[in-house]
Amino acid sequence: MFDNLSEKLQRVFKNLRGEGKLSAENMESALREIRLALLEADVNFRVVKQLIENIKAKAMGEDVLTALSPSQQVIKIVHEELIKILGSHEAKLRFANEPPSVFMIVGLQGSGKTTSAGKLARWLSRNGHRPMLVSVDVYRPAAREQLKVIAKEVGQPIWEGAAEEKLPLDLARSARRECANMGRDVLLVDTAGRLHIDEDLMTELQQLKEQLNPVEILFVADAMTGQDAVKSADEFHKRLGITGIILTKMDGDARGGAALSIRNVTGQPLKFVGVGEKSDAFEPFHPDRAANRILGMGDILSFIEKASEEIDQKKAVEMQRKLIDNEFTLEDFRDQLRQIRKLGPLSGLLDMMPKVGMLKELKDVKVDENEINHVVAIIDSMTPRERDNHMIINGSRRRRIARGSGRSVQEVNQLLKQYAQARKMMKSLSGGFLGRKFGKMKMPAGFPFGNLPGR
Amino acid sequence: MIQTLFGSVEPEPSLLEKLKSGVQKTRAGLVNALEDALQGRKEIDAELLDELESTLISADIGVRTTEEILERIRQRVERHQLADAAELKGMIREQLLEILAASERAPAHVAEPPAVILMVGVNGSGKTTTIGKLAQRLKNEHRSVLLCAADTFRAAAIEQLEVWAERSGAQLVRQGPGSDPSAVVFDAVQAAKARKVDCVIVDTAGRLQTKEHLMAELHKMTRTARKVIPDAPHEVLLVLDATTGQNGLEQARKFTESSGVTGIVLTKLDGTAKGGIVVAIARELNLPIRYVGVGEKVDDLLPFDSETFIESLFEK
Ligand SMILES: Nc1nc2c(ncn2[C@@H]2O[C@H](COP(=O)(O)OP(=O)(O)O)[C@@H](O)[C@H]2O)c(=O)[nH]1
Ligand SMILES: Nc1nc2c(ncn2[C@@H]2O[C@H](COP(=O)(O)OP(=O)(O)O)[C@@H](O)[C@H]2O)c(=O)[nH]1
Ligand SMILES: [Mg+2]
Ligand SMILES: [Mg+2]
Repeated sequence: MFDNLSEKLQRVFKNLRGEGKLSAENMESALREIRLALLEADVNFRVVKQLIENIKAKAMGEDVLTALSPSQQVIKIVHEELIKILGSHEAKLRFANEPPSVFMIVGLQGSGKTTSAGKLARWLSRNGHRPMLVSVDVYRPAAREQLKVIAKEVGQPIWEGAAEEKLPLDLARSARRECANMGRDVLLVDTAGRLHIDEDLMTELQQLKEQLNPVEILFVADAMTGQDAVKSADEFHKRLGITGIILTKMDGDARGGAALSIRNVTGQPLKFVGVGEKSDAFEPFHPDRAANRILGMGDILSFIEKASEEIDQKKAVEMQRKLIDNEFTLEDFRDQLRQIRKLGPLSGLLDMMPKVGMLKELKDVKVDENEINHVVAIIDSMTPRERDNHMIINGSRRRRIARGSGRSVQEVNQLLKQYAQARKMMKSLSGGFLGRKFGKMKMPAGFPFGNLPGR
Repeated sequence: MIQTLFGSVEPEPSLLEKLKSGVQKTRAGLVNALEDALQGRKEIDAELLDELESTLISADIGVRTTEEILERIRQRVERHQLADAAELKGMIREQLLEILAASERAPAHVAEPPAVILMVGVNGSGKTTTIGKLAQRLKNEHRSVLLCAADTFRAAAIEQLEVWAERSGAQLVRQGPGSDPSAVVFDAVQAAKARKVDCVIVDTAGRLQTKEHLMAELHKMTRTARKVIPDAPHEVLLVLDATTGQNGLEQARKFTESSGVTGIVLTKLDGTAKGGIVVAIARELNLPIRYVGVGEKVDDLLPFDSETFIESLFEK
């Protein structure tokens, strides 16, 4: 959907080489593209205005470097300006000197507070803490039941309050007491969603704050939020003094420009991002990745991190060499497929990939785990010699392989054809960054399982 | 007169009246940003157009649609068809009305009840709540309603719908958490047919439009409903949160592709967000907006009215 900003800038600056300096004239259309990209990413228009001025001031009169292309140079400036707002490092949670540390979780309706409370409980318990949960959402139907289910799922205790405790303040009070009694060191208070203009409910939050004396007030915001993000965040911050932000639903394709807006208007750091509905889909916020994503350059770092956890590096390097030297056999191919399988649900992994720019080929790749199993089965049925040299696989061998693997001859034919094509293509593609690291990850569309429906 | 699945009903308090009646909410008066900008000005100059642009963009209408509107204004100014700043507002309103009117469409006719309405959308947009409110509306029109708890995924989603069924006096068909949503749909549609219920509303789990397997799951639910009632679902409503920015367009696109959306419900308009993305959606996908959500109570759902909606875009 979105054209990559860096591609657009490349077009803009096509004729710039040799002009020497970035100037008002040659920057004008570049700035227009940057503005467009930021607005389409839902960065608030006032923030965009400010950013554009800063970028302009910084770029103007800079020498056009020889090491970087002008577009790369401008991207670098834009990126630096975004990081300036987003913060340059991961922000840590704060804890009280005297436990329990109380964390309040606040935000608009449906932003993901209850889910995030569960995720945070899980995260804390895996990082040396003993959290306890409480829901003071007495308004939304089944909200307390929801947190109860989630608490059970993450295996952390929840305080459900005494039967007569029906008010948020009462529940909060008894939860705090119980937390101390049970020796839990963090109390996570899940509050009801509310509009920032709802006077009564905003007052209720202030009262909760007064009573609980929290060390963290985490504002949960939906990554898909548009221009209004500044208004709600600003009001929550004015009323409560939020201490951090959790950005949810980053597993979709929203660019998440709201992060920039909220950070800018509150000055408070983003601490975590939610990347799925399950309780483990929760990560510390990385400013650098968020900046790339806002610019439409994909969350490639997350992908690389995940891939490098799973993929055997030595093997990857060896594979790369083979690719380049055109020694990539069906045996190697099967190895690669097995490694892909190890990466877990493939759809999730591909979601993290940038759908633009240099990895455009991946856009339409739909990986079917079953399909991988079929391909592996076909290769399993080959003899070592056949795997080593696909050229010897003639008609009768194909029939035998098909029988042995329980697949059709057409499937065997198709695999061999695509393998031959892919070998050629991979050789030409393998110079890229990802290619250098993990040769086979860079599958062109139409690769063995490229045109099959997803799970 | 308001169109519903079954024909017409009486008009009722407008969105604006409803919003105004929310007394404790400090919704900053009905100051008109555009009129502010126009104060004491006669000529349409670059500065005025800039302000206009900001107003439209801050309502989440999106850069492209905004640029298109401004471009037309510029052209008219150049051709001297428009000189007076006071005419400006009328012209913008006209353009927006045109976009919204072009996508208006009456709901499909239901030959034989039950009518099947499928609610879809991303996580937390307000599907379940809207279902509760819609059930109440239908009840008010003396229709019998059956709710189908096909969100078997989210924690306590079934219990939540159960509360709404009680509130609105609707029947409920449910299975246990984690069961196959299509199986619940099958049960519900069959039960509705057997019990001669007027309307089935299917609650589905929230899903981001990028998750293909989940989109396929929706498609399967549709197919299942068709096994019992060949022309089901009669309405597929995409529930969209008014705070949504530009991603809303992609949501509308993908949900339409996978489950044939026939209309939009715009929720949470009681906040300060304007929901302008529906203009871009109407323009690109021709989807009508059916209802707006203006609160969390059972009667906080109103039929969409484009004039009021456009008026509210210009409020501060
Ligand atoms: N895809 C996705 N869904 C999320 C994420 N966080 C929350 N959700 C979903 O968003 C919806 C609303 O979440 P909930 O915690 O009930 O929101 P609350 O009203 O703020 O408490 C639910 O369907 C959640 O499963 C996330 O990071 N990714
Ligand atoms: N203020 C307001 N809140 C709403 C509206 N519609 C839904 N909500 C709230 O949004 C949250 C998510 O709603 P829910 O129906 O559970 O969303 P679902 O995940 O799409 O089913 C709940 O807290 C609802 O009370 C609305 O029109 N206005
Ligand atoms: Mg909640
Ligand atoms: Mg729901």
